[in-house]
Amino acid sequence: MHMLDSMIPAGPLEEKWTRYKGTVKLVNPANKRKLEVIVIGTGLAGSSAAASLGEMGYKVKAFCFQDTPRRAHSIAAQGGINAAKNYQNDGDSVYRLFYDTIKGGDYRAREANVYRLAEVSTHIIDQCVAQGVPFAREYGGLLSNRSFGGTQVQRTFYAAGQTGQQLLIGAYQALERQVALGTVEMFSRHEMVELVIIDGKARGVIVRDLVTGELERHFGHAVLLCSGGYGNVFYLSTNAMGSNVTAAWRAHRNGAYFANPCFTQIHPTCIPVSGDHQSKLTLMSESLRNDGRIWVPKQQGDNRKPNQIPEEERDYYLERRYPAFGNLVPRDVASRAAKERCDAGYGVGSSRQAVYLDYAAAIQRYGKAEVSKHNLGNVSTEVITNLGKEVVKEKYGNLFAMYEKITGENPYEVPMRIYPAVHYTMGGLWVDYELKTTIDGLYALGEANFSDHGANRLGASALMQGLADGYFVIPYTLGNYLADEIRTTPISLDHPAFVEAEKKANDRIQRLMSIQGKQTVESFHKRLGKIIWDQCGMARSEEGLKKAIADVQALKKEFWSDVRIPGEVNAMNPELDKAGRVADFIELGELMCVDALNRNESCGGHFREEFQTSDGEALRDDEQYMYVSAWEYNESGWDLHKEELNYEKVKPSQRSYK
Amino acid sequence: MQHYTMNLNLKVWRQKSGTSTGGFETYSVSNISSEMSFLEMIDVLNERLIKEGGDPIAFDHDCREGICGMCSMVIDGRPHGPWKGTTTCQLHMRAFKDGDTITIEPFRANAFPVIKDLMVSRSAFDRIIQAGGYVSVNTGNAVDGNAIPIEKEKADDAFAAAACIGCGACVAACKNASAMLFLSAKVSHLALLPQGEPERKQRVVSMVAQMDKEGFGSCTNTYACEAECPKEISVLNIARLNREYLNASLSGS
Repeated sequence: MHMLDSMIPAGPLEEKWTRYKGTVKLVNPANKRKLEVIVIGTGLAGSSAAASLGEMGYKVKAFCFQDTPRRAHSIAAQGGINAAKNYQNDGDSVYRLFYDTIKGGDYRAREANVYRLAEVSTHIIDQCVAQGVPFAREYGGLLSNRSFGGTQVQRTFYAAGQTGQQLLIGAYQALERQVALGTVEMFSRHEMVELVIIDGKARGVIVRDLVTGELERHFGHAVLLCSGGYGNVFYLSTNAMGSNVTAAWRAHRNGAYFANPCFTQIHPTCIPVSGDHQSKLTLMSESLRNDGRIWVPKQQGDNRKPNQIPEEERDYYLERRYPAFGNLVPRDVASRAAKERCDAGYGVGSSRQAVYLDYAAAIQRYGKAEVSKHNLGNVSTEVITNLGKEVVKEKYGNLFAMYEKITGENPYEVPMRIYPAVHYTMGGLWVDYELKTTIDGLYALGEANFSDHGANRLGASALMQGLADGYFVIPYTLGNYLADEIRTTPISLDHPAFVEAEKKANDRIQRLMSIQGKQTVESFHKRLGKIIWDQCGMARSEEGLKKAIADVQALKKEFWSDVRIPGEVNAMNPELDKAGRVADFIELGELMCVDALNRNESCGGHFREEFQTSDGEALRDDEQYMYVSAWEYNESGWDLHKEELNYEKVKPSQRSYK
Repeated sequence: MQHYTMNLNLKVWRQKSGTSTGGFETYSVSNISSEMSFLEMIDVLNERLIKEGGDPIAFDHDCREGICGMCSMVIDGRPHGPWKGTTTCQLHMRAFKDGDTITIEPFRANAFPVIKDLMVSRSAFDRIIQAGGYVSVNTGNAVDGNAIPIEKEKADDAFAAAACIGCGACVAACKNASAMLFLSAKVSHLALLPQGEPERKQRVVSMVAQMDKEGFGSCTNTYACEAECPKEISVLNIARLNREYLNASLSGS
């Protein structure tokens, strides 16, 4: 084991980024044209990075597995994006956003990165507005804000419940503009299957053309992984069906350390599982907790319909337990509280694995406000209700419609049933201040890295981080590396390292295809998901994790001896693509359990049952575990390396939202 | 809501590749829950086909929550199936009843060549965007987000147009395979905002030229596009596009 150096610039926290930018090495325009950069993934981080680097003059190649870059899963983010603009004059500042994020992450994030994130957050909003992103606006024409969990200010910018879509389309259009200008070459329906390393530096990738099945070699002076998170290890998650860890995992197998893999986010407000056929879960945006009230019946196993349960027989457990933040506690806290109520027998719906998210009070409140705004005088409750519904529809209409499509129930009339589901992964490839992994020339941006959210991410911060990394961080930090690469001429694709990497990828594919077993890829993925969800989900224990490790190892053996993949290698074969991804998820699943077992404390989304306060809150152990765990792969398992976390600015304390 | 199970007959378009001829194959599926999504029903069939040694049906899908625009399919003659304002992935099986026969085809248009089975290439849409569907602003050039107030109504209209998910249902629904609704949504989004103003004329001319080059048909105002659009993008955008185009052409851009 060795301590990792995160290369944080010297100086006071507030000045680090400014000083860094002022002294970092630059690449002159003529040299930029000779330098090639590979970008894997075209979500917010990948699209914004590829577009920005293209604008600067680098030669960029961008890859995505979808049919067009605009489909990347950032598109599904609903609620909003944070920025320390303080447009609401409610006391927000760069420091507050920084502090909230550090605290929300339960003091397991790196101060310098988070401060930089808060600093650049304001530029993101400006950039997106300039691109024509149609954010919500007030009648005066200025930008509107709303609240999100874990904060007491209104700093979230949004576009109805489709903020991710609008931001991604902004970045996608910037990317397509560069494609048209010839600075970016776009490869859709291509998946990275191997990393090419020459003399210790990342120099290219092997990708599979998902239409023809052919393997291709691509050279780059640097490689950026913007491939998103690994929530699909759980099988059921709010991630897209294709979201996968393969690019990051191939990098990990080639020497990039994987950090804090057990830090995963279970989002409190998702539509509950309806049956074994379920292929994915759908999020109901956290913004709904602005106005909705969460409750369960006070009586266990209450079979009455929600509207028949009188007010005094309802337990608004978040408001009861956390009066200061109420329904807007951070996600980890809200999820655990829902699980606690359901485990104790108070759950609702046929599965009893759900709680109510109720808009009745908000509809009345908004209805009355409309009556007074339009001076309508004495009107019936029905009129008030209808006016209230209209307001709710404008704010959350698309979410309510989605709920109704999936469940067949009308959320304007009956409370929504919700339950926590896997949503985001704070862990990811270890990166230093420059977003560089432990492999020279290999960078990780957005959800694919681990750096900014500690053990729990606050709502509306994922979009912020993805765009911060792509628009405002990598354009500076990459130059610092490439400035020393201006003498490196493009390396031939016949170089032995390319040949070897392609052979490795091809061997793996051949091995998968030759198994010809009896069980489908999907069935293995489901079983893996169940193991990880049961033992490495919302609550973890030493006993459960040890069992899970053994179970995953057994599953891995079974997979590699009995998986059945139809079709051919040299043709479109979605089952083969999926098999490669699931094989990687299985290995990652084991590492998540290893990491969770190592961390003998509870923090953020990582809740070890053995370590809790008397009232059931996460009990951190700062003496022993105030570090980032960074795992190095080797053939027999993993070696643990640590990055010590030093808090110069914020004093870690027991996180309280009471 | 009462849940039920059903047995169904599926007539599915199978086509090995873009160059081979395709045709319908019939499959029966049983015990389908009304709570399943349409794609989960196809998952069930595909799992069975794999176990039986067959070739699973290829189809595009990703987010399965109606926003990425990757899913497609024409279901019983309608792009994205029978529910209004709904993508295929959000269509649920309670839309069908026991004993139904469901016909499933790819989106059909010259500009959307079939790749395999129900999967088509919609890269023509990317090239239309490349022709001008953006604001030419480099990273770092921006002024403060509140420096330019925008009328709420205009911002809302721009958002409504920008909500297009680029799925191509408008093209599949149109008897002429016209891409006017898709194109007009982007032109409207940017024409309604002050940020889009400097390139307003050039944008519409270039994008229309690219659309024609891709082989999409002409618009004859039947509004099938609006009826089938899963995001309910309004045909008023097409009217705005025509005005924008005329204005740009007459002023010599």
